[in-house]
Amino acid sequence: MTAPLVSVDGIARHYAMRRGLLGRPVEIRAVDGVSFTLSAGETLGIVGESGSGKSTTGRVVLGLEPADAGSVAFDGAAMPAAGTATWRRQRARMQMIFQDPLGALDRRLPIAPQVREPLDIHEIGDEKARAARVADLLDRVGLSADHGRRFPHELSGGQRQRAVLARALATKPDFLVCDEPISALDVSIQAQVVNLLVDLQADLGLAMLFISHDLRVVRQVSRRVAVMYLGRIVEEGDADDLFARPVHPYTRALVSAAPTPGRRMADRVVLVGDPPDPADRPSGCAFHPRCPMAMSRCREVEPRLTEVAPGRRAACLLVDAAAAEPREGAR
Amino acid sequence: MADVSLEVPRRAVPLRLPRLPIAVSLALVWVGGMIVVALLADAIAPYGYTALDLKHRLSLPGEPAHWLGTDELGRDVLSRLITSIRISLIIAFGATLISATLGTTLGFLAAHFRGVVEQIVLMLADFQASMPFLIMALAVLAFFGNTLPLLVCLMGLYGWERYARIARGLAVAAGSQGYAAAVRQLGASPFRVYARHILPNIASTLIVSMTLVFPEVILMESGLSFLGLGVQPPMTSLGNMVGYGREYITRAPWIMLSPALTIVFTTLAVSVLGDWLRDRLDPTLR
Repeated sequence: MTAPLVSVDGIARHYAMRRGLLGRPVEIRAVDGVSFTLSAGETLGIVGESGSGKSTTGRVVLGLEPADAGSVAFDGAAMPAAGTATWRRQRARMQMIFQDPLGALDRRLPIAPQVREPLDIHEIGDEKARAARVADLLDRVGLSADHGRRFPHELSGGQRQRAVLARALATKPDFLVCDEPISALDVSIQAQVVNLLVDLQADLGLAMLFISHDLRVVRQVSRRVAVMYLGRIVEEGDADDLFARPVHPYTRALVSAAPTPGRRMADRVVLVGDPPDPADRPSGCAFHPRCPMAMSRCREVEPRLTEVAPGRRAACLLVDAAAAEPREGAR
Repeated sequence: MADVSLEVPRRAVPLRLPRLPIAVSLALVWVGGMIVVALLADAIAPYGYTALDLKHRLSLPGEPAHWLGTDELGRDVLSRLITSIRISLIIAFGATLISATLGTTLGFLAAHFRGVVEQIVLMLADFQASMPFLIMALAVLAFFGNTLPLLVCLMGLYGWERYARIARGLAVAAGSQGYAAAVRQLGASPFRVYARHILPNIASTLIVSMTLVFPEVILMESGLSFLGLGVQPPMTSLGNMVGYGREYITRAPWIMLSPALTIVFTTLAVSVLGDWLRDRLDPTLR
């Protein structure tokens, strides 16, 4: 196996939040010890409910936010600090797709100059080559030259996201982070954009971090999937395998919540309670207050992410053989 | 029947000017006129602004030799008005540009560096906002005497805190999420982000506040001149004319009426233009 393109080792990102007017600042661990690797051309999907730290993970991996602990290495070298010249040069190799394409585009500039901007910034090609590249990119994402002359607000949501995609691909990056790229789009448009992403990823050999809360989309796009809960990865594995045989109770609940035609909804695992507050993290396994299979030990012992099968990792005491030696129920 | 011609008479297509609201057209004409007058002041003024005509002191407006009458020394009011417009416009334009540049730059610096820089800029802005500007201007002019460049620079300090606050607020909002963050993420240098993206996006707001500050600068200069601390005689400005014409308000009201009306119309016209520009400069409203 070749060396991974992106390797993320135990990154953490903490925020201080103040509650109320005179409240003491509370530390929120948005991301708390997340590790994974990504090879060139590979896609990793990250799923989780809102507040699980998946977007923050994407931002830290891209170096847009500093990691409070742990490290991110890109192509074997540590991530330079945000805003430095090295960091800026490196942007040509890693790009991001945003959730809100209208917000990510400058509404005062037509589409074509915005798609061209990365080429101007990184001084790639001469005047003619840049114009040709823009035309090529627009064509690639299914926009016409006429679309390039329009302003962002004159395009539909799907067209805007295509424009953002064209801009992100302008410098031929190796690594793309898609942060909920289709959440703001109509359902009818979502499939088009997802298919476009999959096609481009296959054609260009991009490594991709695909962040979404939509299991079906993640499954379609990614080979591997990581499930996040409260800033940690609770299960990771091959997409088909993970969705067919979820190990972690949280993954099971997620999978059963996704409607599948022809399946009765009666055997759905319904989670009770709200997603817990990251400022007030439950002891032991963070999922235990909502877990239908929680044992008394779940309140005390923090499960570690361990390999449960080849290429499959999960963080649950039920499957963690090493941590399960004094198992009361087995006696 | 055969004579009936179906040919549509070809009319010359009239030159299509953008249709302007009537108030905007009037404001445009007025401001344009003022600028022309200011530029050509020496050529169109019938007399020098200090030229005395002692035989025709305090003559009424409408006389063939002096259309707007003369003042107590027999100086032609029209000539003085023209020179005053030039001086007042130089001060108002210069000061507005200085304060817009200064304020926007400081606002961007605050938004970019945050932390201590931001605190210092905001503190200066609060200081400026809480200090009556007139008193500060009086102090500066009393100590440093009075020259036109000094007056322009002093006026340039007026209103900068508004640009600074606007620029900082909008730049922070754009930077935390949205287009500026996206462009930064593309690898753009901070200069590019601010000059190419944030500045054009907030320009309409800044231009509107410029058109708000512009009349205030004219009024401020008039006030200082009225108090005798602005433009010094024999040089003249609109406020200066009003100030010195005040003594003759009952006997010769025309001396102060014409500059006063000029102040009113110019400030009004600039405000109307600013309001209209804000809408026109936004491509999403087109």
